[in-house]
Amino acid sequence: MSHLIIAPVVLPAVIGPLIILWMRNDLLLQRVFSVAGTALLAGVALYLNLLAAGGEVQVYRLGNWAAPFGIVLMLDRLAALMLLLTAVLALAVQLYAIGSGWDRKGWHFHALWQFQLMGVCGAFLTGDAFNLFVFFEVLLIASYGLMIHGGGEMRLRAGVQYIAYNLAGSTLFLAALGVLYSVTGTLNMADMALRVAAMPAEDTALLRAGAVLLMLVFAVKAALVPLHFWLPSTYANAPGPVAALFAIMTKVGVYGIIRFFTLVFPQDAVTQSVAADLLLPAALFTLAIGQIGILGTRHLGRLAAFAAIGSIGTLMIAVAQFTPQGTAAAVYYLIHSTLAAGALFLIVDMIGARRGDLWLRLDRVMPGNGLVAALYFTAAIAVVGMPPFSGFIGKLLVMQATGAAPAMVWIWATILITSLIAIYAMSRAGSIVFWKSVELGPAPVPAPAAAAGPRLEPDEPIQNLGDAPANWLAVASVTLLLSGIVALTAFAGPAMRFAEATAAQLHNPDAYVSAVLEGQEDTK
Amino acid sequence: MELLLSSAIGTLTAAGVYLILRLRTFAVVLGMTMLSYAINLFLFSTGRLVVNAPPILQKGVEVHTDPLPQALVLTAIVISFGMTAVVVMMALGAFIEGGDDRVDMPRADRMPGDDQA
Repeated sequence: MSHLIIAPVVLPAVIGPLIILWMRNDLLLQRVFSVAGTALLAGVALYLNLLAAGGEVQVYRLGNWAAPFGIVLMLDRLAALMLLLTAVLALAVQLYAIGSGWDRKGWHFHALWQFQLMGVCGAFLTGDAFNLFVFFEVLLIASYGLMIHGGGEMRLRAGVQYIAYNLAGSTLFLAALGVLYSVTGTLNMADMALRVAAMPAEDTALLRAGAVLLMLVFAVKAALVPLHFWLPSTYANAPGPVAALFAIMTKVGVYGIIRFFTLVFPQDAVTQSVAADLLLPAALFTLAIGQIGILGTRHLGRLAAFAAIGSIGTLMIAVAQFTPQGTAAAVYYLIHSTLAAGALFLIVDMIGARRGDLWLRLDRVMPGNGLVAALYFTAAIAVVGMPPFSGFIGKLLVMQATGAAPAMVWIWATILITSLIAIYAMSRAGSIVFWKSVELGPAPVPAPAAAAGPRLEPDEPIQNLGDAPANWLAVASVTLLLSGIVALTAFAGPAMRFAEATAAQLHNPDAYVSAVLEGQEDTK
Repeated sequence: MELLLSSAIGTLTAAGVYLILRLRTFAVVLGMTMLSYAINLFLFSTGRLVVNAPPILQKGVEVHTDPLPQALVLTAIVISFGMTAVVVMMALGAFIEGGDDRVDMPRADRMPGDDQA
């Protein structure tokens, strides 16, 4: 039992309060500690990946209490991978926030950032259903603060919608847990899996209701149609770096669905195919509405948000197969879509910083047009799934995994047609912003801010290029995310082997269950 | 007892759902509160209804009530209380910045120049 398993929760939980208590007025110290904390988190996540790569499911019993009475943290390949993805994305985006000056547009950016990381990491690690709810609330309450960072009327109004929607989702989560507890009498996920499997088929009405309620909760988080309505205006109005970090938040919902419906409600158990029957149509509609939304919107923030919804659709098509092959494709596409969505949100923010707003309309050429255009071009290719980047490989894998499915015609048709729509929409947006604007001539270059040192500034809704303290850092962090996509493409073979091992582990839940419930002789 | 509790949960949920579908933040906040009361009562009932029984093992007592839902309800109350405080602050902020307490997005959320169409 390695104590480092709990480090991804404890580390941000210590650094966050330290930043609030001791470094409230010193932005430089905040930046140093926060970046160091996230880098350390990435190191720990890397170590945990090596630990999980042995193939054994690791258990951390909090307080050394025996399961199912104490809370357990679980580390398997999927959890370790999600931790690493979170840490890498957070580190890159944090550098962007510092380089673009977003983190000094309001108070407590870095503290909230750490709390957000604590919630996300906890949700990936926990092996207890109620503990999962608590970590969901931690990540949500931090995200409410981050989402309205910088203030402004639009952002606060979108924030009210976001918080209202998610509070309703949280009450639904509690209802689902209540139903599941009343049927199984346990909240430990491994123990619940055992009891669900032992349940006679005629007694499962309540259990099915609980399973579907739980799926709805995760679908709200993952923004599956028709529960996606909170996402576009939230992500479009959130500060760019925050929206980029939120790319991992929708994946928390996807993770929840993968975890619960491979471990507790596997497809051969009493709940049968209730999850797949509902998930697949929802995923197809999510993909279609996401890609059509890219075409329909006239706001670049919403463009990125709808692209994120579309990628969730593709991801859920693979998840809804509930086969090892489908899950492996989902794991690969999950890594890709998180990096791609994060990069796209940052690039949209770069455009906003140079143009002054995010409306998709003809305007004068912004400064640094060529560089931003190149970055946008790369990210757009990755997002829509054109060769040569990993989006293409990911979509190919998803289509391969669904080749033998009964709904294969629908799935392939939706993926291919919506990809065409997305290509058209992304290239239209790019040509309006970068290409046609050349005819109108250059915009006046904003004056560089005098001595833009590390200091806090009053709230502002848009971060202009003029007061970015280190623009090269912002560009470098976007390049870092895009190079992640390139690496995922170049090393697609090893990445796919890792994804297949992850899927194999997920579809063999007995090892997970026995790791929790057996070998407890030395516990209290 | 069962009828009382289940009708209370049902009424609170119905009122809560109606209120969170309103377009003013005050009604939405009230609806959230009602909904969380309903859920707290519901969680309380998931350990089955036992009247006048202790939740902790005692000698000489045969009937016990399930202690876990009570702990869950306690956690849920604390969290929903904190969340209500956050949503009130956020709604106040939007009211002060925007001048009204409507939940839907105002016209300024549309692209400038769209109004002529």
